[in-house]
Amino acid sequence: MSFFDFFKREAGLLQTSRRVEQQVDEFLSIVVEAGEVFRTAFHVYITAGPSATFEAQFETINDLEHKGDDLRREIETELYAKTLIPDLRSDVLQLVESIDKVTNLYKSNLFRLSIQRPEIPKTLHSEYERLAEAAVECADTLIETTRSFFKDHTVVRDGAKQVAALETRADEISTPLLRDIFNSDLELAHKMQLMYFVERLDAIANQAEDISDHLSISAIKRRI
Amino acid sequence: MTVDLFTLLLLGGGLFLGWALGANDSANVFGTAVGTRMLRFRTAAILCSGGVILGAVISGAGPTETLGKLAAIKSVAEASIASACAGLTVLFMTRRGLPVSTSQAVVGALIGWNIWNGFDTDMEVASKIMLTWVLCPFLAAGIAALLLPITSFAIQKSRFHLFQQDAITRWALIIAGALGAYSLGANNIANVMGPFAHSIAFPELIIYQSLHLSGLQQLFLLGGIAVAIGVFTYSRRVMMTVGKDLFELSPVAGWVVVMAHSIVLLLFTSKALAEWLNGVGLPSLPLVPVSSSQAVIGAVLGIGLIRGRHGIRWSVLGEIGLGWVLTPLASGLFCFAALAILGQFNP
Repeated sequence: MSFFDFFKREAGLLQTSRRVEQQVDEFLSIVVEAGEVFRTAFHVYITAGPSATFEAQFETINDLEHKGDDLRREIETELYAKTLIPDLRSDVLQLVESIDKVTNLYKSNLFRLSIQRPEIPKTLHSEYERLAEAAVECADTLIETTRSFFKDHTVVRDGAKQVAALETRADEISTPLLRDIFNSDLELAHKMQLMYFVERLDAIANQAEDISDHLSISAIKRRI
Repeated sequence: MTVDLFTLLLLGGGLFLGWALGANDSANVFGTAVGTRMLRFRTAAILCSGGVILGAVISGAGPTETLGKLAAIKSVAEASIASACAGLTVLFMTRRGLPVSTSQAVVGALIGWNIWNGFDTDMEVASKIMLTWVLCPFLAAGIAALLLPITSFAIQKSRFHLFQQDAITRWALIIAGALGAYSLGANNIANVMGPFAHSIAFPELIIYQSLHLSGLQQLFLLGGIAVAIGVFTYSRRVMMTVGKDLFELSPVAGWVVVMAHSIVLLLFTSKALAEWLNGVGLPSLPLVPVSSSQAVIGAVLGIGLIRGRHGIRWSVLGEIGLGWVLTPLASGLFCFAALAILGQFNP
């Protein structure tokens, strides 16, 4: 390799870095967009049941999930092929894969709603919506914290605290909701099904909290 | 003096030291970049060799002059014996796991040569040189301790994206490595060719009517080539090992270490820098070959101090201190004994 090739390769690396940076940014935006779609779709399901609008939203989230998967693979390939950020590569790869699971959770929640079509009693509507809202807010805060990790790691700790607080809020909603479900006169099978969806919603917040915990440790590694 | 094949063969002792320098100390400047696979070994080896040769030819005179004040060996054979004794001392002590520096071994050998010849050693020069051994790691620690928060502050303020920072760090490591190689060549070439500076005089070489190479510069060029051979033939594994050890610090901290090392070596090398420091009323440092590895250890300790002294192995400083005494003593005794024995055959 001549020196010209060497400098060309190194200069090309700057372009690659910028490209991966944009891909990561786009990937994170997809998760936020998926959260927005999930929020709308859940609201549609609660208010109108498994309608055509709900199914359309489900299709949208399906597309977003595929797009996120493709981007994740591209990011992983670039990180390995171009040996970018050797010290934090495994952390970033793990981060991208874990965040991808948040989109998967959004999708799988809607998928199960679409398949099982559970009947949610009106008295529980507001609490289910509050829980979905808290879960999405928790995941959105995680995405903001992740963006901070890439640009200003010093604020990651505060972001992680916020994520933890929102996860607690989701727990505070889900626990009384579960009590209400099991104190109701519904059939046991119906209760179990409703419980399952409470747990699925709670899983989004739990996943966000787990990722933010790992992020805090990775942020410590970013200190020079 | 004409330079014949036999004279060139006698240069072997110095060239061996040069090879060893390239094999070991190049890891101090490019270890981080290669150990983390941020830079390919071949690229690092080319940059390192080029830097070392340029540093040796352009700026190698200062430390060699100081060594010349300690002992001006007029016989090529004796210079070769002194060099070989220094090299063998390094080899012996390394095998025994004892802390060792080529610079200190060469100084010891020169003092041994003085004693054998019955010449007085200039104690002012000797004490100046010994003071630099102590100063070198502490100065590197101070510079690293200063450079780390400045770099950290600059990175925080600039808010580079992680990937941008990675790309910038790569370039910074390449530039620091090239500077490090230049300073290594400029400073340590005195160890490799210094003992021969008063015994071998090549006629001035003029290339294309524009590039003038003095006899001393040609000697340094030869030494630089020996270093380059050491880099290409033996440094890969050392770079991977040292690089990973340094890398435990993070690539940016690794950059701080290489920069602190390079600055320290330049401070002990550059005549221009010494004149500038004197010009602005600051004390300049004596131009002396110092230990590249001890500069790196000092810089790592400096970073450890800034980070709260956790995990610092203070015993390392004790080991270095032991080396300051043991290495020149062993090398001096070895050189004296070798000259005494070989002198029997050539009274």
